Order: sequence, then C-alpha cells, then structure tokens
Amino acid sequence: MSFVDTFNRLPDEKSPLLRRFEHLLESDVPLESLAADSQRLTRQYFGKTMRLFAPLYVSNECVNVCKYCGFSRNNPIFRVTLSLDEVEREARHLVTEGFRNILIVAGEHPKFVSNNYLRDCTARLRDIVPSIALEVGPMETEEYLPIVEAGAEGLVVYQETYHRETYAEMHSSGPKKHFDWRLECPERAYEAGFRRIGIGALFGLWDWKYEALALAAHTEYLLKHCWKASLTLSFPRLKPAAGDFDPKHPISDPDFVRMLCAFRICFPQVGLVLSTREPKHLRDGLFPLGVTLISAGAHTEPGGYTGAGSERVERKQKGRKVEGELNGACGSETATEQFTISDQRSAQEIAAHLKSVGLDPVWKDWDAELCRHE
Amino acid sequence: MTDSIQPQPWKVGDREFQSRLFLGTGKFPSLESMKSTLESCGTEMVTVALRRADLSGGGESDPSADIMDFIDPAKFQLVPNTSGAMNAEEAVRIARLAANVGMPKWVKLEIHPDPRYLLPDPIETLKATEMLVKEDFTVLPYINADPVLAKRLEEAGAATVMPLGAPIGTNRGIETRAQIEIIIEQATVPVVVDAGIGAPSHAAEAMEMGADAVLVNTAIAIASDPVAMAQAFAQAVTAGRIAYEAGLATQTTTATPTSPLTTFLDS
Repeated sequence: MSFVDTFNRLPDEKSPLLRRFEHLLESDVPLESLAADSQRLTRQYFGKTMRLFAPLYVSNECVNVCKYCGFSRNNPIFRVTLSLDEVEREARHLVTEGFRNILIVAGEHPKFVSNNYLRDCTARLRDIVPSIALEVGPMETEEYLPIVEAGAEGLVVYQETYHRETYAEMHSSGPKKHFDWRLECPERAYEAGFRRIGIGALFGLWDWKYEALALAAHTEYLLKHCWKASLTLSFPRLKPAAGDFDPKHPISDPDFVRMLCAFRICFPQVGLVLSTREPKHLRDGLFPLGVTLISAGAHTEPGGYTGAGSERVERKQKGRKVEGELNGACGSETATEQFTISDQRSAQEIAAHLKSVGLDPVWKDWDAELCRHE
Repeated sequence: MTDSIQPQPWKVGDREFQSRLFLGTGKFPSLESMKSTLESCGTEMVTVALRRADLSGGGESDPSADIMDFIDPAKFQLVPNTSGAMNAEEAVRIARLAANVGMPKWVKLEIHPDPRYLLPDPIETLKATEMLVKEDFTVLPYINADPVLAKRLEEAGAATVMPLGAPIGTNRGIETRAQIEIIIEQATVPVVVDAGIGAPSHAAEAMEMGADAVLVNTAIAIASDPVAMAQAFAQAVTAGRIAYEAGLATQTTTATPTSPLTTFLDS
C-alpha cells in the first residue's frame, strides 16, 4: 500500500477536500477572494514571517535523459562535481550571506554523485549549517539512513509530472524513467527519518489543473500517512535551459496565483515554496499571499557562488568529453546552470524588501542539535 | 476615587510575578516590533523557540539568529521552549544545550511530533519532565487539557501545567473548558492556559475560570498593532483575575425572583 494505489484510483475517488480544491481552481471563483483567504490563513499559521533557504548545487553530472532539464545526459554542457572542500567553501559563502538553511542539489549519477558522496557532503556541512536538506535522485530507504544519520533532515523530490504518458515521454532513459519508484520516494524518505519532505510538480509539461489536483492528492495522502513530517510544496514553472525545450502547457500568472491560493486554503499548515525561477514582480506580489519559504540570490550551477571547481569543468555529453569552447569570459570557466533564474536580487536585498512589507525574514528556524544522531 | 485594585502576585517555582500574561515571541513582523510589544504590556515572562536562537555558544551573536538580542533578561524571565522536538530525548538535549550556553534553567516543554496541529505528546512530555526536574530545571510543560496528565506532571515535579485552550495558532478560544476546569480544581501548581487564545475575551474567560496565567502569541503577533493588542490582553487578564479573586456570581439556569416565593418562612 502506497500513494500509487490512491493515485491510480484518483479520477474516480476524490475526497471532499480534493473536490473543494478542484472547485477553487475553477475560474468562476473570484481570485481576489481566494487571495484574501490565502493571506489570512498564512498569517494565522505562519505569522508575519518568511523563511529563507539557498540551493547549493554540488554536481551537474547526470545519467538521466530528461527533455526539459539543462543537466540532461544528452546535452553537451559544462559539467563538474565539487570536492568536499569545494562544497564547504560554497556553504561558508552562503552562511556569510545569512543563510542557515541549505538545500544540497545534484544530478543523478551513481559514480560522481554516489550515496557515500552525498553522505559526506552532509557530514561536512553538519557543523556549519543548522538545517540541511537534499534534492537528489530517489534512493531506497536503507540508502537514505546514513544521510539522515549524517545530519540531513529534509528531502525534496518533485514528481515533475503526474501524467504517466507525459512522464514516459519526458524521461526516455535513465533510472528516472520509473514513474512509480519516484512517486513512492517521499514515503521511503519518511521511513528513513527525514523530518521535512518537499514535493512538487514542474508546471508546463502537462495540463496545470491535472498536475495541481494530483499534487493535492499526494499532499493529502502524505499528511495522513507521514504525519510526523513537515511538508512543503513547490510549483516550479519551466524556464529556459540548455536543450531549448519548449513547454507545451504553460500556466498563466493568474492561474499560477489561483493555484497557490487554493493550496493554501485547502492545506493551511503546509509550507509553500517559491524559488528565484519566478520574476521579481510576481515574487513580490506572492510573498504576502501564501508563500512561506523562499530562495534568494540563488545559483543553479555547481560552484556558482564562489567559482569553486571551475578549473575542473569539462564539456560532456552522454558521459563523454566533447570539444567546445568554455563559456566563461577571460578564461574563468563555469559549469552550466540547470536553468536561468529570474529574480536576481541578493539575499540581503530580498531580506530588506521583506522587512519593508512587514515580513520578518527568518534565516534560522531549526537547530541541528534537535535531531543529532549520536 | 479609590486606588485601583491589583491582582495578587503569584509564583512559579521560587520566583514571584505580578503579571499573569506570558508572551510568546514567534510570528512577529519584526524583532523590533516584538521587543516594543514585550516592553509595553507589563509581561514578565517570555518564551523563545530555541530552534530560532544561536546555540553555538560562540562569543559574538549570530546576525541570522539574533532573537535573544531583543529580549532583556533583566526585565523578563526568559523561558526557552523546545518546539521542534519530537520526543523526550530531543527536548532534554536541547534544554541542556540552552543551559550550557548560559540561558536560564527554565524550560517550556513543547514536544509535538505532529507538525500540522502541534499537539503535544503526553508520554514524551512526562518522560522529559521527569528527566529535567532531576537536573533542577524549572519545567513548564505544554499539554493537552488532560486532568490526569496534569496530576502526573505535578507529581513529577513540574513547576506549572500549561493546558491548551485550542491548538496553537487557531485563535479559537477555550474549547477545552470542561477539562481545564477539572485541571484547575485539582491543581497544586499554577495552571497557565496556553494556545488557542485568540481574543482578550478568551484570556479573561480563562482567568475568570481560575487559571493562574495565560500565554498568548499569535493573536498579538499578527495583529495590525501588536503593542495595542498586547495591552488589551494585559487588561483583560487583569480584569479576569480580579473578577476571579472578587468571587464571581454563580450562574444558574433558572431566574431568581426579586420577590422570593419562600419569604413566608421568615415570618
């Protein structure tokens, strides 16, 4: 028994909560009233605060072929995997910027991004950063255990698309092509002891209402079955990246806002994440409406904050080195980013903006001592 | 005009307090706003989530975790809380750590495995109380409104019991009234109603019932004017306590006639 069974029955068996959610997505419900409800509930449950985090990309090596992703194995991009010293250098930079909550991000690669490597990255950051989460390829429960013991308390895994046919089309090769294996990943992470679990869908691959409903069903399921975990939801929209993928099902800004408010109204205590993928004006508009966790000043390439690892960057495609100019100016090579960020403001600029609209930027909201594994 | 009446002072552990309003420090729009609110409402006891504080014990304060810089320990009894702990072991570990970096050996035990409703785990709370009392902590456990648990905690050496009126942050008032009445009736330690108090009238209600104090956070922190709201709560708490001490008229279900029916017995 897992979410897969519930998911497979979803079109025919919707709970009252999911039916309400579906209704809120319909355009005859005034957006302004949804926004007001969403804002009120967010303030009630989360106060006048905003939590901040930063992604730390440790590798853009990847064995998966995903049509929309800049790191796809088939893309001839500049790749590197940071050494532990380089990971620490990047983390120390983020700590200087103010961050106390870091998300380690990596492509999926058994050689370069092994389970032991991720455990070692976590252990290296353990005494530098109070709160560590990972966004990496799905693993077995037993494989997560050493990473949890090393000090990670969050795991983020997006289903990308909940539409099986589109999923199969988008993920043509590599371990990621197994839809159900990925769908059950949050439950394995919970079993392994992760306390914060992030799920989400990548909007633009399939009809947004379909994706939103499936994500809501997944949320409802995890709240019941993984009741000790803090859940966060993300709604990344596809951005330009290497490979020039053209999303066929874009979600408009008003629909995006509607969806976010519907999630808040139906799941008032769940964290909602907004990344720097979204442009400044939209982020500023959404900060007071329902979002509770944001990234700022983000880089989506390994070594992006300090230039760490730049001397070892290689242009690779399908696992082989290929010829090509390096992309940095004046001989400063950099790895290729996963996608282009829109909101370019620094962490401190974002913090100042939050204060100006009456929201307290919260950098530290966790202490590693709470769950230290002796 | 006579001097205004003040409620009796009261004690937690060996410390005496005049104010019966505890304040939580989460959810404020800024730390400056929190500070001015604390300083304007006469509160003497303030809780702080340890997970937001700098527990590294280093010399310089961490600018990303500087909440303690905004609470003057000379003015307030600081009560670290263990929010985020899921079991006794975690709560005890973080309470010890806080004491080691120089915070008071007072602790508000918040052990909630469920991050959604933040309802306290009674078994782990009792365990942690037993452990921390042995280490001379002044322990203030946050509990569901369970009279038997309240007595067990009292026997274990808790300095207060802190039953919830409704789940944290809900502002729904004293929904557990019948159970809190039993807790108050049976208690030999102060009873502090914590959580769910969304309006000054809720605070007054708890005080009229005989609670020794109330703890308020969300309703003040997210008000448009937290300073004014904190003062409204302080006045309600005082009014409720004075009413309790003065002896509230008993409610009855029948009317009491002004021309009683049994006066003939007096003649």
